[in-house]
Amino acid sequence: MLTAENTKKWMDSFYRKIEENKDYLSELDTPIGDGDHGNNMMRGMDGVKNSLAQLQDPDLKTVLKAIAMGLISKVGGASGPLYGTAFLEMAKKCSETQKVNELLSVALAGIKKRGGATEGDKTMVDVWSPVAQSNAITPKIIDDAIASTKDMQARKGRASYLGERSIGHLDPGAVSSGYLFTALLETEGTL
Amino acid sequence: MKKIINEPQHVVSEMVDGLVRSYPQYLEKIPDTEAMVRSDKDSMTGKVGIVSGGGSGHEPSHAGFVGKGMLSAAVAGQVFTSPTPDQIYAAIKAADHGKGVFLVIKNYSGDVMNFDMAKDLAELDDIKVKSIIVDDDIAVENSLYTQGRRGVAGTVLMHKLVGAAADQGATLEEIEQLAQSALANIKTIAVALSAATVPEVGKPGFTLADDEIEYGVGIHSEPGYRREKIKTSKKLVTELLEKIEKNQPLKSDHQYAVLVNGMGATPLMEQYIFSHDLLDQLEDRQIKPVFMKVGNYMTSIEMAGVSLTIFDLVDNKWLEYLNYPVETIAW
Ligand SMILES: Nc1ncnc2c1ncn2[C@@H]1O[C@H](COP(=O)(O)OP(=O)(O)O)[C@@H](O)[C@H]1O
Ligand SMILES: [Mg+2]
Repeated sequence: MLTAENTKKWMDSFYRKIEENKDYLSELDTPIGDGDHGNNMMRGMDGVKNSLAQLQDPDLKTVLKAIAMGLISKVGGASGPLYGTAFLEMAKKCSETQKVNELLSVALAGIKKRGGATEGDKTMVDVWSPVAQSNAITPKIIDDAIASTKDMQARKGRASYLGERSIGHLDPGAVSSGYLFTALLETEGTL
Repeated sequence: MKKIINEPQHVVSEMVDGLVRSYPQYLEKIPDTEAMVRSDKDSMTGKVGIVSGGGSGHEPSHAGFVGKGMLSAAVAGQVFTSPTPDQIYAAIKAADHGKGVFLVIKNYSGDVMNFDMAKDLAELDDIKVKSIIVDDDIAVENSLYTQGRRGVAGTVLMHKLVGAAADQGATLEEIEQLAQSALANIKTIAVALSAATVPEVGKPGFTLADDEIEYGVGIHSEPGYRREKIKTSKKLVTELLEKIEKNQPLKSDHQYAVLVNGMGATPLMEQYIFSHDLLDQLEDRQIKPVFMKVGNYMTSIEMAGVSLTIFDLVDNKWLEYLNYPVETIAW
């Protein structure tokens, strides 16, 4: 169950993972993208941290919306609108249910609608989808999902310009999404 | 990395401040954003607004084309990264004078999604918004199942056309129609000699050996279609022209506009040599362009190389739009 409190903790943990792996994410984005994914996510998480710090005693919806707006207004690139839409969809749904898998399902639907990607296109969808569909998220589900993007040929995003040459590289957005879900796993009380 | 900068993370905001302070006669900053709007507000009254933008690093695009007869506003994202919806939305609002706003978007998933979200925000405010997604780069094969072709230097010609039409009082629908029919006739292909370094990244986006070139590289260091040893200017022209011809046959009874665009680090001297060879090889095909531009219009930071854009002027009106007078920094 997500609450305003544990969602903020989840974001703190995600922030630290992005901070630690900023260079790695940009490196992953270099052979099959434009080398900025780590910088984009770091800027976004700084935005999230700032918007969350301004809230006083917020409810879950306010927290999710602040995360969405922080990402939308700071990331830019492809990942900003996608991560932003995901949290916006969760904000819309959270008055009805606070169950993680139900919220992640609407978030996934939002990502797919915004970006037009589906499973197998070598994007963050390939991590969001198996995680949202599992009843019990485990580190293995996350890791396998990330690893599965390596052998895929990109059909969406900048990596698609490479055609077959995109095969053999992990998708940076899939890896950052993995950090998001690992952070979720590590945040007590969310699942 | 050797660059004339201060902190890498302040590159864009400092560049925008430098631009608006150097050229107050053309543009001003929209408060709290990195978007810029025309200073000459009277020139926008009663007309459709034209907004463009994208990542920074392509200077003089896009702000260099803000001014009477061309763009109403331009949004500068982080280096090689699409601007965010809130900033694009601020530019749309500043460009709107009751006749709607037309967006010129380059075909990258980030740009398309961020501009889309901005469009949603503007429509909530009852601002009519239409757009064109420019995808003139023929290096990448088009396919329904991928992102499709990228938007590159041909975008500048698109700015010119829709800007002129808007200044002459065209409606939003007419501008959309114009943009769509022109787009199908604009084709671009590039060759790179060396790569660009994004300040925050600190190293080049790819590496080419001293004697190597790559055909088809995109404006954000996206890989091209072939690497080989450096050739003479004549041979480079032959390769690029033949690539364009495969996509759009060049006919002696058609009128063409040509843009030879420097990618940032290639001297004008080399661009003129390339142009000379290009005009020779067009002459071999009995073609004499009716409009030509040579220079740095859509750059990729300090990448060396050129792109060649050929615009088949199927409609007579298009030449008139290209020649229409503008007041901008860079056209
Ligand atoms: N259409 C899309 N649908 C889903 N995910 C996408 C799409 N386009 C790109 N992505 C994701 O975004 C990531 C790249 O993000 P980022 O580098 O921040 O943006 P950009 O590609 O604009 O530089 C990719 O690794 C991929 O996971
Ligand atoms: Mg990227």
